[in-house]
Amino acid sequence: MTMIAHTQSKPVLQFGASVLILGGALLVLASAPFWAGRAELRLLMEALSYLALAQMWNLLAGYTGLVSVGQQAFVGLGGYLFFALAIFGGIGVVPALILSAFGTAIIAIPTGWLAFRLNGAYFAIGTWVIAEVYRLGVAQVSALGGGSGISLPVDIARSLAEGRAEREMVMYYIAFAIGTASVLLVWGILKSRWGLAMTAIRDSELAAETIGVNTRRLKFSVYVLTAGFTALAGGFLFLQKLRITPDAAFSVNDWTAFVLFIVVIGGLGTIEGPIIGTILFFALRQVAADWGTWYLMLMGAIAIGVMLMDKRGIWGWIAARTGWSLFPTRRLL
Amino acid sequence: MEPLLRLTGVNKSFGALTVSDNVTFDLPKGQALGIIGPNGAGKSTLFNLIGGALAPSSGMVMFKGQDVTAQPASARCRAGIARSFQIPHPFVGMTVFENLLVASSFGGAGHHDAREACHDILERTGLLPKANRPAGSLTLLERKRLELSRALATGPELLLLDEIAGGLTEAECHALVETIQAIHASGVSIIWIEHIVHALLAVVDRLIVIDFGKIVAEGAPRAVMADPMVQEIYMGISVDDQAA
Repeated sequence: MTMIAHTQSKPVLQFGASVLILGGALLVLASAPFWAGRAELRLLMEALSYLALAQMWNLLAGYTGLVSVGQQAFVGLGGYLFFALAIFGGIGVVPALILSAFGTAIIAIPTGWLAFRLNGAYFAIGTWVIAEVYRLGVAQVSALGGGSGISLPVDIARSLAEGRAEREMVMYYIAFAIGTASVLLVWGILKSRWGLAMTAIRDSELAAETIGVNTRRLKFSVYVLTAGFTALAGGFLFLQKLRITPDAAFSVNDWTAFVLFIVVIGGLGTIEGPIIGTILFFALRQVAADWGTWYLMLMGAIAIGVMLMDKRGIWGWIAARTGWSLFPTRRLL
Repeated sequence: MEPLLRLTGVNKSFGALTVSDNVTFDLPKGQALGIIGPNGAGKSTLFNLIGGALAPSSGMVMFKGQDVTAQPASARCRAGIARSFQIPHPFVGMTVFENLLVASSFGGAGHHDAREACHDILERTGLLPKANRPAGSLTLLERKRLELSRALATGPELLLLDEIAGGLTEAECHALVETIQAIHASGVSIIWIEHIVHALLAVVDRLIVIDFGKIVAEGAPRAVMADPMVQEIYMGISVDDQAA
């Protein structure tokens, strides 16, 4: 079959542009420790972590329709589990990060069992309440510093590399791996038959169930998977900060509101959306961070503006006009 | 022989409103059954109860000798029940082919070659030229054909068709009847809800009339249509349709 009503050169051009953009971005990011200053590198680490958070929230809300405003539960649990494993378990930094991701995914099973009793807006509020319960619960654990939190001992950070520059390079490549892995994971899932089913759920849950997709089980699996990966990013974010407190770890503002902004602005239900949203969010933050409250008001105004112009977000708007996809998942007959 | 589908005393009420009232019938394997009745008589509800979108308040649904009353719609689809919705629910962000592909990989089909199976179905329903178009770009008529194609892609033994001929021209209706006859001839059992009675009568072996959630008449199509009570209800339909 041919691309009807399009000239044959358009898909080829788009494919070329995609390869160029993705290849260029990968090259720039992979070589960052060699050209970026210390501050830029720290910013990129944070942006790559946010990219992972945004990809996961997008997979959850954009494809399976589970609008959770309680993802800070998994950032916080990931962070605290990582600190606990690294400090008391004596496990290396990278294995501790991975173990905390799996641990959080396991905790997400009973959490989801509870949250899945609720639908729509009730689910959203329910996830938030559950996250608050985790925050209050963690604050009771005196071994983890209770309400005032705990710092990561210097020798644990030092175990990554002796010198500061080397340590930051290792840290950067962990962030780079988490960020790119989140994109590849989502892309891989969407290209599989499960991705086909998730896209079907995105478009009509009723029809997806009717043609044989066990929507409840699939949504639950996605919830658990995204919880684990969110925890991985969370663990890393607090490794970078070297200190964790219940309020910072379970912050709805930092780990859900900003992520929601990123995904909705960029384009819900697309892989490109969270990438564009992350770039925009950090660019905005760099420009406007010292404007105080005005910066948050500007962000809100941009979100409202984009929604009024096109609720599919920036990438949704571009894709609808050009049919372009940086991460093609189309299956053609 | 054991019937393909058996409904025993199926009731469904929403509060004080009874939408399915003690419905009992058998569908022998290979039969094409037509269901008629006025708007709001509970025909689509009956499909929701057979397909699993709704759970009955009481009663039992058996499919191929298995009690499926407690099974969700997805499990019933994998067992061999497919349905088309009265109001089409296409996956608008996917292509027409992908709409069928997801049905064929998650339904009960077990196609040897899913691509080829989808290709054949699209050819049969006339959607092949649109295979790689986004489903969101289809016209209402094409969306209805997509409903039918997607249901077929699940590889059903029982096909539930909900007012698929509504809004079609005479020629389109004729083509649709031929398609459904061919599907029936290939061994698929059919239950078809339809207001366009002449289309229905060209296909079905048996007719059930539903009013206020109850079966009020059933039997051979011509005999049922000749029943004065049915004619009164049916005339009611025509008047309603014209008013709408």
